Amino acid sequence: MLLITCPWCGPRAEIEFQYGGEAHIARPADPVALDDAAWADHLFMRKNPKGKHRERWMHRSGCRRWFNMERDTISHEITAVYRIGTTVPGKEGT
Amino acid sequence: MNDQPFRLDTAAAPGRIDRGHAMRFVFNGRGHEGLAGDTLASALIANGVHLVGRSFKYHRPRGILTSGPEEPNALVQLRAGERSEPNVRATQAELFDGLIARSQNCWPSVGFDLGAVNELASRILPAGFYYKTFMWPPSAWMFYERLIRRAAGLGRAPDDPDPDIYDKRYAHCDVLVVGAGPAGLAAALAAGRSGARVILCDEQAEMGGQLLGQRAVIADRPALDWVKAALTELAALPEVTLLPRTTCFGYYDHNALALVERVADHLAKPAAHQPRQRLWRVRAARVVLATGAIERPLVFRDNDRPGIMLAGAAATYVTRYAAAPGRRVAVFTNNDSAYRAALALFDAGVGVAAVIDLRPEPGPLAGEIRARGIELLTGHGIVATHGARRIAAIEVMQLDESGGRAIGPVRSIACDALAMSGGWNPTVHLFSQARGRLRYDAAQGVFLPDRCDQALANAGACNGAWSLGDCLAEGFAAGATAASAAGYATAAPSAPAVPPESRAPLRVLWVVPSDRPIGEGGKHFVDFQNDVTAADLGLAAREGYRSVEHLKRYTTTGMGTDQGKLSNVNALGILSEALAAEPSTIGTTTFRPPYTPISYGALAGRDVGALADPVRTTAMHTWHAEAGAAFEDVGQWKRPWYYPKLGESMHDAVNREVKAARTCIGILDASTLGKIDIRGPDAAEFLNRIYTNAWSKLEVGRSRYGFMCKDDGMVFDDGVTTRLAADHFHMTTTTGGAARVLAWLEEWSQTEWPELRVYMSSVTEQWAVAAICGPHARDLLAELATDIDLDPKTFPFMAVREGRVAGVPARIFRISFTGEISYEINVPRRWGLALWRALMQAGADKGVTPYGTEAMHVLRAEKGFVIVGQETDGTVTPIDLGMAGMVSKTKDFIGKRSLARGDSMRPDRKQLVGLLTDDPRIVLPEGGQIVAELKPEPPMAMIGHVTSSYHSPNLGRSIALALIKGGRDRMGQALHVPLADRTIRVKVVEPRFFDPEGKRQNG
Repeated sequence: MLLITCPWCGPRAEIEFQYGGEAHIARPADPVALDDAAWADHLFMRKNPKGKHRERWMHRSGCRRWFNMERDTISHEITAVYRIGTTVPGKEGT
Repeated sequence: MNDQPFRLDTAAAPGRIDRGHAMRFVFNGRGHEGLAGDTLASALIANGVHLVGRSFKYHRPRGILTSGPEEPNALVQLRAGERSEPNVRATQAELFDGLIARSQNCWPSVGFDLGAVNELASRILPAGFYYKTFMWPPSAWMFYERLIRRAAGLGRAPDDPDPDIYDKRYAHCDVLVVGAGPAGLAAALAAGRSGARVILCDEQAEMGGQLLGQRAVIADRPALDWVKAALTELAALPEVTLLPRTTCFGYYDHNALALVERVADHLAKPAAHQPRQRLWRVRAARVVLATGAIERPLVFRDNDRPGIMLAGAAATYVTRYAAAPGRRVAVFTNNDSAYRAALALFDAGVGVAAVIDLRPEPGPLAGEIRARGIELLTGHGIVATHGARRIAAIEVMQLDESGGRAIGPVRSIACDALAMSGGWNPTVHLFSQARGRLRYDAAQGVFLPDRCDQALANAGACNGAWSLGDCLAEGFAAGATAASAAGYATAAPSAPAVPPESRAPLRVLWVVPSDRPIGEGGKHFVDFQNDVTAADLGLAAREGYRSVEHLKRYTTTGMGTDQGKLSNVNALGILSEALAAEPSTIGTTTFRPPYTPISYGALAGRDVGALADPVRTTAMHTWHAEAGAAFEDVGQWKRPWYYPKLGESMHDAVNREVKAARTCIGILDASTLGKIDIRGPDAAEFLNRIYTNAWSKLEVGRSRYGFMCKDDGMVFDDGVTTRLAADHFHMTTTTGGAARVLAWLEEWSQTEWPELRVYMSSVTEQWAVAAICGPHARDLLAELATDIDLDPKTFPFMAVREGRVAGVPARIFRISFTGEISYEINVPRRWGLALWRALMQAGADKGVTPYGTEAMHVLRAEKGFVIVGQETDGTVTPIDLGMAGMVSKTKDFIGKRSLARGDSMRPDRKQLVGLLTDDPRIVLPEGGQIVAELKPEPPMAMIGHVTSSYHSPNLGRSIALALIKGGRDRMGQALHVPLADRTIRVKVVEPRFFDPEGKRQNG
């Protein structure tokens, strides 16, 4: 069970959190302008990397805030926890 | 009664048993006596009982093979009655006065077992026998399975509920040390002295590990003096927790570990209020694994007779329990450690028949063996064993240089026990569970810990440190390093002096040859629990099994309750030889929790019975219960299902309730409906994006029905939302969807539209809701709501008013799930019961009738109102439900783009329709499949299914809703619902059966 550091509450057990899938998927500003394939790509296609993965989590049994996390899918090492709307600290622009 | 004929006297073997404290126990119906400090296994050995079970497949007589958790054979049914427990390892069951145990897997008795005919048939029971034989015909598998399971059974679960309680505990620590042998004790000392919070757990009742069964020396004194001093010091450290009788069985991500503490398993029954076991869930900053090593059996012909045991176990029984495994014990080894066992046996007065060493050159302790007059045969192997229910003799031959062939004359040596050692396997189970990688050390023939991403260290024998001095040094170093890493800077204490040990390398010989080919004239057992032999493994390899994971499943090696603690590495070695590959390239099977079996009771803890899941009740619950309501579980809620009067069936009661709601007044407890309070200047814009229809122009004081979709366009929830102020909305959701919807709103407001100023909180529990409906509902409300104008011109359908009802502040919503004039009266929860009572009292002479969820379902189905989750299943759009008018063409909303996909607009999508059976008395089964083209038998093209189906008392016939492909173009068509025993003809109609124009609710 992962030990996740909620940016608002501090380290808590994974059982308190809800996984929210891949992070940084921008919802198209004008979905109607997209063709079916582009919309399906936005809706359904996700990365499944072996290694570092940026993903969304929500502290469901705590502050109920969503945040982003960078986690290694092999080692489960958590390399960054950062707020929605920001990117991995020290890697701005990536 | 006997006098423990194999118990050694104090002078020969002091042991760690309490000779002044005798305990009586019963094994297989026969009374015996043991001593406090015994395990069931040591007590049986002291009584000369070696035949304790029958093997799984061949029902061969089996004895006690080990002295620890790796035991594959001495599994017993412990206790009788409701506390009876199957598959308990006798080697770990602490003796208590009055203990009762039985052998398993034998009938009628362990001495005479009818299943042993399998042995005679063993030529037709090769590896993969079940797969090969019972595959055909497929339909017969159910029959075979019953027979196989009965024949294969281990113990039996008790029939009665478990009378004991189980606890759970969460704990955090800086350093968790697993195993309290020399390395673990040293690690705990080094870490504990730094002030770090340390938990030291060990599966045995007494801490000390292998030292308890050896005659080691530390700092010129018996090693157990050092153990005692260490435990005294640790017990005095305030931040150190000692957990004996506690097995660490699981190692999970981020140093989360699970431990089970056997609080009262060593007692006849737990003391009052004492849990039987306690589950510890520990999060440790650092972990030190000091889990030791497990001795490996040698694979030779008929190596499974009772009386054959591991050499380390034999030494432990003598040294720790003062119980002699025999009068004349032969020793068979490929390494030095069994020499020490032979010396321990001899020095305790046990006869040693001979030491047979596979190695051509003897080990460094050869001098001491010979000095005691014990015969030492080097370069020899055991080629056969004899003895029916206990070993009586061994046959020994010399081996050629390669070790592949037995040569020379056969020599028979009489013995009544055999102690064997094939080396030691580091106990890497927890390390591997932590996803640590192993490396194969060919010189030692073992898998050793290599690297791991978790914050752990290995110390002692589990790390390949074989000498006591190395174990202590590694333990001190690992403990100090772990504490420092956890923030308690400290240096490793210097290890106390231990006598030097010189060692010779072991000789790896995966199968000991005999004078006959493998598989002929006897069996070379590899897995003692599942009866897998070297011949089985060879056959599997010849049949093409290359992967160790496949080999395991095909032969069942390592798949018993012992999970192959003894067999896996030997099986790997044999496979690697058969494939002419290095063990390192073959690898091990995956180690999974639990390390040893644990009870479901420990996992469940207190979360059983009424505490298994919370029960939610409304403010009016006591009234419903007193009125005799039958309840329905809706999520965690208890909702009244129907209110039967004396002598009424459910059908009668529901019909009465449904009619009353249309002809008089019905009253429903609607408190469970999800309610979300939404505020903020951008609340209306937020709802615009969440719901499929438009919300910006909704007037204050008015309500609107809405659908929410996921971004794939499928209906997610529905409900009525009311505008209480320009920046304030009251949203209702389905009962089951309340938490999901709140989370959905939070997700979008936080992640996609953080710029919208909107805030929401659940108020489901804050409001109690009584919904009254029916032609006379207004009359009833008028009596109690004296300060609200109920005139339908000023308080129309889909409006809200605030005021007092029965003297209680209330919000009244004129919304309807029945199609009648309807008021949903919301009051703060604490006044819910008072409101309900006032309505029932005031309505008594007007015929007010409480109705439950079943009547509610019938009423809404008569109107064709959908229930999300019943008419929808995650693949249904609002348009499929015939609600295209509620889907905005102008604004964007979640799911809009998906509704424009080609697939969402296919004309043959499943659409909501009504169904009427030709015979009005027949109520269709919900879930029934619908076909257009009836054939005599399946397969038939299924075009949809029945989603809701009831008898409608207001229509005097059955009604149903269904999702059918292209349903709206099939109006008037005749379709069929084929069932197992008959076929029902139906007609497709509009999904509105009662008051289709919807006039009544506006009255």
